Amino acid sequence: MPSNIRLIARLDIKGPNLIKGIHLEGLRVIGNPNDYAKKYYESGVDEIIYMDTVASLYGRNNLSDIVKKTVKDVYVPITVGGGLRSIDDVKYLLRCGAEKVAINTAATKNPELITEVSRKFGSQCMVLSIEAKRNGDNSWEVYTENGRQKTGMNVLEWAKKGEELEAGEILLTSVDYEGTKKGFDYELIKKVSEAVSVPVIASGGMGCLDDMLKVVHESSADAVAMADILHYERSNIKKIREYCHSNKINVREYEN
Amino acid sequence: MKIKASIIDYGLCNLYNVSNALEHVGADISIIDKPEQINKASHIILPGVGAFKNGMRGLKLRGLIDPIKEHIEKKQPFLGICLGMQMMLSKSYEFGEIDGLDVISGNVVKIPNENKKNISHKIPHIGWNSLSFSSDVQDSIFNEKINKASMYFVHSYKADCNNKENIVAVTNYNDIEINAIIKHDNAYGCQFHPEKSGKYGLMLLNDFLNA
Repeated sequence: MPSNIRLIARLDIKGPNLIKGIHLEGLRVIGNPNDYAKKYYESGVDEIIYMDTVASLYGRNNLSDIVKKTVKDVYVPITVGGGLRSIDDVKYLLRCGAEKVAINTAATKNPELITEVSRKFGSQCMVLSIEAKRNGDNSWEVYTENGRQKTGMNVLEWAKKGEELEAGEILLTSVDYEGTKKGFDYELIKKVSEAVSVPVIASGGMGCLDDMLKVVHESSADAVAMADILHYERSNIKKIREYCHSNKINVREYEN
Repeated sequence: MKIKASIIDYGLCNLYNVSNALEHVGADISIIDKPEQINKASHIILPGVGAFKNGMRGLKLRGLIDPIKEHIEKKQPFLGICLGMQMMLSKSYEFGEIDGLDVISGNVVKIPNENKKNISHKIPHIGWNSLSFSSDVQDSIFNEKINKASMYFVHSYKADCNNKENIVAVTNYNDIEINAIIKHDNAYGCQFHPEKSGKYGLMLLNDFLNA
């Protein structure tokens, strides 16, 4: 059996609140992130991703207090992203209890940061976060600042470069599909999965359970990040896990 | 009374999550980095993430190699986690050939890129895989519920033991068998991260403390 597909809850944060937007924008407050993280942990989620949505704007990550509180209740890996710029930023969040960090903007400006983080803390800790937006010609461009800022970089090339620089995983968010419930950008995820040999986390667009089957079987995602399908309770981890078991998607066995 | 658990800090990794999880199951934690502290400790935890060479160097610089081996020889409780488990073996072939603590005979080698049927998989191996207890070890300190439970693994190398009696549990990654829990007397090692493996990971830590 290959590795199990990981079911990840993605919690986008603004200030003290769990929020959700569409195309990473138009944010709506959902509730207290700690409560949601705890609920997902207790229902058997495999990992949690916390993303500070306004961090790049302010130039720093503000999630340390939320992380410190979460790890008292949640004993699965927590990835923290948003506004991390230096080894010191990473070290601080790891000390607060994060298991991994997701870096986007700072890595595009200073790619060596990927290697530095990976060498210092291990590649398992360095998640390269890529926000991808479709161009007209069936290619994808790398965006930063929550899908607001163009970089001119090509997503496939950047993913390969990230792997070369020793990123341990890629968190791939489709800006076009994010928050739309229309399903994932299957082609994007497939292309990136084929281009790199590190695990790829598909993020953005999961509307229903069948999207899960498609992104795993057709696009070879190694992990699936889910947000509003969980936050708005269109489904839950238990049902998703059962769906996976009955559709031959390998996920971990978990008894509630 | 709370059980005292001492976590070795050898400058390599973040101890917070291990410490937090042990506290959650009722341990009284101290972080230690000196030989005399090891001599006095009852339950020792050696966590670890990163390269084998750096790990052994960190232990050596602090003069901890012999005290750790003595602790294990005296049959005192010891738990190595991930790299901490791998360092219990004789040698590693991660970036050259490096000597380990040699408490358990065997080698740390890279996970092959594909299985015997030439089907490839991703490395590092990241994710949840289930354990199966080996029938060669009868006197397990671990709850039967841990058998078949899924644990969180993150690693590119695996610990191959020369003797079956050291292997408590294995996992299977794309048809490659990986030692998941190993032991020698009261020294245990686990390849996965119990502190990040949800309730069954916490159960394992609790079993270790209360064995």
